[in-house]
Amino acid sequence: MSALLTATTVLSETTEEFELPSINYSAIAPILIIFGAAIVSVLVEAFAPRRARRPLQLVIVLGSVIAALVVVVSLAGTFLITAEGAIAVDGPTLVMQGTLLVVSLLGALLMAERTIDPLGDAFAPRASALPGSEDERQFTERGYLQTEIWPFFLFALTGMLLFPAANDLLLMFVALEVMSLPLYLLAGMARRRRLLSQEASLKYFLLGAFSSAFFLYGAAMLYGYSGTVSLTGIAAALSAKPGEGALVTIGVALLLVGLLFKIAAVPFHQWTPDVYQGAPTPVTGFMAATVKIAAFGALFRLLYVGLGGMQWDWEPVLWIVSILTMVVGSIVAITQTDIKRMLAYSSIAQAGFILVGVVAVSREGLAGSMFYLIAYAFTTIGAFAVVAMVRDASGEATHLSKWAGLGKKSPLVAGVFAVFMLALAGIPLTSGFIGKFSVFTAAIASGATWLVIVAVGASLIAAFFYARVIVLMFFSEPTENTASVVVPSAFTTVALAAGATVTIVLGIVPQPVLELVSNADVFIR
Amino acid sequence: MTMLMPAEGVFSLIWVLIALPLAGAAILLFAGRRTNSWGPYLGVLTVLGSAVIGVLMLLEMMQQPADGRTYGQELFTWIQVGGFSADMAFQLDQLSIVFVLLITIVGSLIHVYSLGYMAHDKDRRKFFGYLNLFVAAMLLLVLANNYLLLYVGWEGVGLASYLLIGFWQHKPSAAAAAKKAFIINRVGDVGLSLAIMLMFVTFGSVSFQDVFGVADQASEGTLTAIGLLLLLAACGKSAQFPLQAWLLDAMEGPTPVSALIHAATMVTAGVYLIVRSNVIFTAAEWAAIAVIVVGLITMWMGAIIGSAKDDIKKSLAGSTMSQIGYMITAAGLGPIGYVFAIFHLLTHGVFKAGLFLGAGSVMHGMNDNVNMRRYGALRSAMVITAGTFIVCYLAIIGIPPFDGFFSKDDIIHASFERSPIIGVLAMLAAGLTGFYMTRMVAMTFFGKARWEDDVHPHESPKVMTIPLIILAIGAAFLGMALVYWGDIESWLEPVVGFEENPLPLASWVYEATTLALVLIGVAIGWIMYARREVPVEAPRGTVLTRAAREELYGNQVNDVLVVQPTHYASRSLVWFDNKAVDGFVNGSAAFVGGLSGRMRRYQTGFVRSYALSMVGGVLLVVLALVLVRMS
Repeated sequence: MSALLTATTVLSETTEEFELPSINYSAIAPILIIFGAAIVSVLVEAFAPRRARRPLQLVIVLGSVIAALVVVVSLAGTFLITAEGAIAVDGPTLVMQGTLLVVSLLGALLMAERTIDPLGDAFAPRASALPGSEDERQFTERGYLQTEIWPFFLFALTGMLLFPAANDLLLMFVALEVMSLPLYLLAGMARRRRLLSQEASLKYFLLGAFSSAFFLYGAAMLYGYSGTVSLTGIAAALSAKPGEGALVTIGVALLLVGLLFKIAAVPFHQWTPDVYQGAPTPVTGFMAATVKIAAFGALFRLLYVGLGGMQWDWEPVLWIVSILTMVVGSIVAITQTDIKRMLAYSSIAQAGFILVGVVAVSREGLAGSMFYLIAYAFTTIGAFAVVAMVRDASGEATHLSKWAGLGKKSPLVAGVFAVFMLALAGIPLTSGFIGKFSVFTAAIASGATWLVIVAVGASLIAAFFYARVIVLMFFSEPTENTASVVVPSAFTTVALAAGATVTIVLGIVPQPVLELVSNADVFIR
Repeated sequence: MTMLMPAEGVFSLIWVLIALPLAGAAILLFAGRRTNSWGPYLGVLTVLGSAVIGVLMLLEMMQQPADGRTYGQELFTWIQVGGFSADMAFQLDQLSIVFVLLITIVGSLIHVYSLGYMAHDKDRRKFFGYLNLFVAAMLLLVLANNYLLLYVGWEGVGLASYLLIGFWQHKPSAAAAAKKAFIINRVGDVGLSLAIMLMFVTFGSVSFQDVFGVADQASEGTLTAIGLLLLLAACGKSAQFPLQAWLLDAMEGPTPVSALIHAATMVTAGVYLIVRSNVIFTAAEWAAIAVIVVGLITMWMGAIIGSAKDDIKKSLAGSTMSQIGYMITAAGLGPIGYVFAIFHLLTHGVFKAGLFLGAGSVMHGMNDNVNMRRYGALRSAMVITAGTFIVCYLAIIGIPPFDGFFSKDDIIHASFERSPIIGVLAMLAAGLTGFYMTRMVAMTFFGKARWEDDVHPHESPKVMTIPLIILAIGAAFLGMALVYWGDIESWLEPVVGFEENPLPLASWVYEATTLALVLIGVAIGWIMYARREVPVEAPRGTVLTRAAREELYGNQVNDVLVVQPTHYASRSLVWFDNKAVDGFVNGSAAFVGGLSGRMRRYQTGFVRSYALSMVGGVLLVVLALVLVRMS
């Protein structure tokens, strides 16, 4: 925090007189809408009667997300930097924001589900009650529902929308924190297995704070080097005095660490399985899909706009990280016995595959990665929707042994899950195949053939554990241990159907989306 | 090459010819059980509809001048990849129209007949669906204006044939026969696909118009290669030596299938292919000679096999091979023979369909027994069947004025025009035809009744006998009509060309000699099988008889040359796969699994160790960056 203070004081010294910053409000309207909705949502929590809160919150959340989405669509083609150079609204920003909003909509639907769990929704009725205590039992009996998740959701979404648009290291840091803090809390709010959930929350917070510190320290180093926190300024400084200074080296390394932590790249990934497993499943689905988009958006802007001048320095580092991420994620996933942990390692491996597109350092690489992110987000949120529906008496049945023979008990849901697994494995006719294909071709075009060979090898290993789930569901006989699929309300059904539809449609007719991302593959500088 | 006329008026319906039976097949096969009651009738109607359109087209076409009878219809560009393009486009000319009529009219009759023949089969609807599918694919084959689209039809009829041979798949023999037909046909299909690729490489196109237009610019070697590959394709589909072994087994299918697919239409697709590619074969002499050799060998093989088989359908199948051998031989003769190949194909399509349906009618009355040694004296028990069968019999052996007399004699003539050796071989085979067909008729309808105890022969219902009667009328008059009224030679000439060479002797000498040989064959057959007692158990017979019963050891040859080596090769591959490949794969799987188990241990669950590994990661990133910057 002190580092932040020093940085701001330094800033204010350089500006002699205070001028009102010029801000293009319409360009940042999506962020403002969600932010405003978050504040309203807090007020609802404070003043609205308990019964009215849930419907009000749902209206606010769904309404604001849809409104922001409409604004994003209407902004298509915008290409400007505003707020004194702090916010860039360009193709990648809008694609990321649009995807974030659609996926958040699905995430909100999953979080709003109340039919699956006979006790209520997926969240603890009072997060403050001690697990196993008399208070907790009473809150549950009275059927209390937690509605404070909605302000958290909206604040997190505000940070996410800001993250890929931030054109300034400080704003990037602010966005990172605005995004992360509510997520730490949401991770600790599971209704069942609360100790696991709270442990996940604490771990996520501690390690997240640790990584934020690295990021901030890196920002300070780069400020020391270039005298500015704006990405454009840093790029100018790098080209003015190239090849100089330990400040740059250490600064870049630390910034990378902060972002690589968020995308769960190896070796900064270890929080992922624990948090994904402990967090309430709708939250896991939401953050697995969205955080990755937002953080990759920021990583792209940092690398391509701010640090483009030292591409030859960071590219080999990302080579190593990408290979480590793909290989470790895929290999460790093989021996997982919990479906949520397996999906966590899967998301680690997927991050490695997307990094291959980053390493390509080309417009094709950016476009391919954006496509990959879109495909991955929908598939992932759909997969977690299914995980939330597969249950036994004690709640979600996440142990893989309980999924044996599920295909015979519930062929439709198991079939949809199989589609998600095939997409994550990158099998043709699913979105995952097109994603992998476009990222890998971009990497080969820019000469990273060996990286792609490793990536293909890793996706072979990954295909094994995805196929294993399918084999388990369809080619084993159901036992008495086998979980059953709970029929959800329209909320989850819609989210699941949307995830499955996008996964299949993007695999069969990817052209419109491929054109969209390749029309939006230029950063404003 | 003649100009393509735009498809207007009735010719704008070319696509409907195919679409009707295709729609029938789709409805019957996809709409499922709810079409059980009316589905078969729909199947009959779609083919009848196509037949009506075909007849209208013929009438319209006859109004046009001879060089204005080729119509092109382009539906859409089907494949467009780089320089390669193929259209979904049809070409209707004098050659296609005779096929269209043969397929749809004989097809309609056989569909009607099947209403009776398959009346008690619980999968009747599926049967008609497959039959419709076959008709659609066969029409696509003869209407395509390029080789690639023809190939689609070619594979389509192969598929329908496979499905229908194995229609009674509960019988292991039927399933095996279907598989055998499918696999042997693959060999021929490879030939066709290679021929298409070679054409594209050589001519840059696969459409008939383009290929035939520039065929003379290619080297003779290339043309010979294309011709031989096309011949290989024809051998597979038309059951010609050396790919003949599947046809006799294919008789496991229901009899209407044998009549439609394995006698009248599909098996003649090879003849169509060669005649359609006449430009190539005329330019590639050695390929044409290979065609003649294959035709002659099969003509004799089929006749010999047909003479020894006691199974009425297999004997007819041998006869089919032999008659297609005639057509292939004629097609190999060049412009002197193309017309007669098609002429014989037409008449054969009619009388052989009649013979097969007659055999089916006999089986229907004999509890599905196919063994002719258990028949005899059926002429009074089933009068119509016997009458029509005998008319078709007179047609196939070539007694004037029935069909075969005109068409087969023309081929024998043309053979003598080319070379006396071919002529003599073709003429002697006609005598053999007289023998084996007389044997069949005598064993079935004459002599003493050798029926099994519980058999009560009876005439088939009208729905079966009426098609028989129509086909018999065709067998009696079609040949005459085509020669004297239809003038088939000048009809086909613009498409396939026609020449006549002078013969050393007057033409009646050849006709008389052929007729004499046929009558000798008939007499021998009559004496051996009608006058003498036919034993119920087949006697051991001579070496030749035993060889013929074994289908001249075709299966054994395949077994030794192809099946066993493949077995050994696959067994050794399996061994290699088990020992080396699996060893490697299992080994690496075990390695990855072990690695996974080991790496999992670093996930301790303690935040402190996670933080420590992050610090390690930071050091790694910093170190890597420093190293990169220093280098």
